[in-house]
Amino acid sequence: MELIVQGIVKAFQLLISLDPEVLGVTWLSLKISGTATFISLFFGVSVGTVVALNNFPGKRLVISIINTGMGLPPVVVGLFVTIMIWRSGPFGFLEILYTPYAMIIAQAIIATPIVMGISLASIQNLPPNLRLQILSLGASRMQMVWVLIKESRLPLLAAVMAGFGGVISEVGASIMVGGNIKGYSRVLTTATVMETGKGNFDIAIALGIILLLLAFLVNLLLTHVQQRQHPR
Amino acid sequence: MKIFKSSKRFILLAVVASLVVLGATGAFAAPKQKNIILATTTSTQDSGLLDVLIPLFEKETGYFVKTIAVGSGQAMKMGEKGEADVMLVHSPDAEKKFVEAGYGINRRLVMHNDFIIVGPPSDPAAIKGIKSSSDALKKIAAANALFISRGDNSGTHAKEKTLWKKANINPSGQKWFQETGLGMGQTLNVASEKKAYTLSDRGTYLAMRKNLGLEILNEGDAALLNIYHVIEVNGAKWPKANAPGAKAFADFMVSKKTQTIIKTFGVDKYGSPLFFPDAGKKVEDLGK
Repeated sequence: MELIVQGIVKAFQLLISLDPEVLGVTWLSLKISGTATFISLFFGVSVGTVVALNNFPGKRLVISIINTGMGLPPVVVGLFVTIMIWRSGPFGFLEILYTPYAMIIAQAIIATPIVMGISLASIQNLPPNLRLQILSLGASRMQMVWVLIKESRLPLLAAVMAGFGGVISEVGASIMVGGNIKGYSRVLTTATVMETGKGNFDIAIALGIILLLLAFLVNLLLTHVQQRQHPR
Repeated sequence: MKIFKSSKRFILLAVVASLVVLGATGAFAAPKQKNIILATTTSTQDSGLLDVLIPLFEKETGYFVKTIAVGSGQAMKMGEKGEADVMLVHSPDAEKKFVEAGYGINRRLVMHNDFIIVGPPSDPAAIKGIKSSSDALKKIAAANALFISRGDNSGTHAKEKTLWKKANINPSGQKWFQETGLGMGQTLNVASEKKAYTLSDRGTYLAMRKNLGLEILNEGDAALLNIYHVIEVNGAKWPKANAPGAKAFADFMVSKKTQTIIKTFGVDKYGSPLFFPDAGKKVEDLGK
């Protein structure tokens, strides 16, 4: 119990003193997970919308696969990404193993099915007649899709939060493809694992608290955007 | 109208966010072709030694070192596949095989410290005061006292297996024998929590002692020497490996200046050095 108090005190000390290493690690976490979420948003929403709006044979199978992907284990993603991009792998020529880029790729792979699954469900959840109504008002198909995406803004922002929350808190893939290199690919989660291993529990707890704070701030911002105007 | 306005804002937000992110990602740049992947053991990282040495090396040479701290076994597996450029490891038997198989070149002695057997202060198997490490292990086995093993193919694990062999005991499957599969630091935590014995390198133990309920119960046996070598990955076998970088790092590790730093590292914090520099010496002369 005393240790947790120590950790909280340490967290505030590190934050108030603007410890450059901790700030760097925090900023890197935000950059990597933010970029990964952004990429996942692009693929997730577009594929999710396409699957939701079209009927084709095997649609249920595809949805099942996407929903399974929402629980993709990060270590498994990390393992496959590592094998793909190490020097002897098919993408070895890129030389990106143990870089932040590799971490972005792995995290984007983890977040994409999450975003995809939620956006698929939210578009499917709109009243089916809405589409007909929009089209009958003379909208083109692209305009119709755009209105539908706007209509499901609330759940879509929830998808962003879920995707971001999934990757910023993820450690298995990040440590495998990033390598936890000091000042380069060390993020909050991998640093927490390392400090725990070193027995520096107070710093580990402090990093955990900073991670929670960061997730909270990002979600606060997104919630603010989400709840600003109620769609009627 | 309201929706129109808000969606405009939303797009603006998205654009700003993506610009920030894109601008930020441009700042990851590490010097290309100047990267060295150093595969090493958790003990060198957890003791903090590399945090002192690597910045010096980078400043001196302009290389960028990517330190991947894993067990010695995994470090050498990385070397075998050409996924690492240089290794700093402590598993002598496996290292010799590695070099003989042509995966590595220029294996050079860097430093040593020693392994210790630590356990709860109550010492249920009464091993304190016993000189020979294998006798101590025999007593632990006879007393059915809990022993925590790394179980991860690391250098420490390899040493532990040799010691059990020497004591003529096969601990695997025994009730009093548990494997963590974790690094040294975490294994020490587990042993401390379970009031168990374990084998540790002295450096990691000293660095973590303040948080552990473990005491040194057996030390000083010549069988407990912990010897670190630096090995360069064979550039002829793996053309993608950074051979000049590996050589520069290996040279740096055995240089006079680095050896002096190793000699005094940890003295201010723990009262005694964590490692003893050995560059240029012979393995047979260590610990004498």
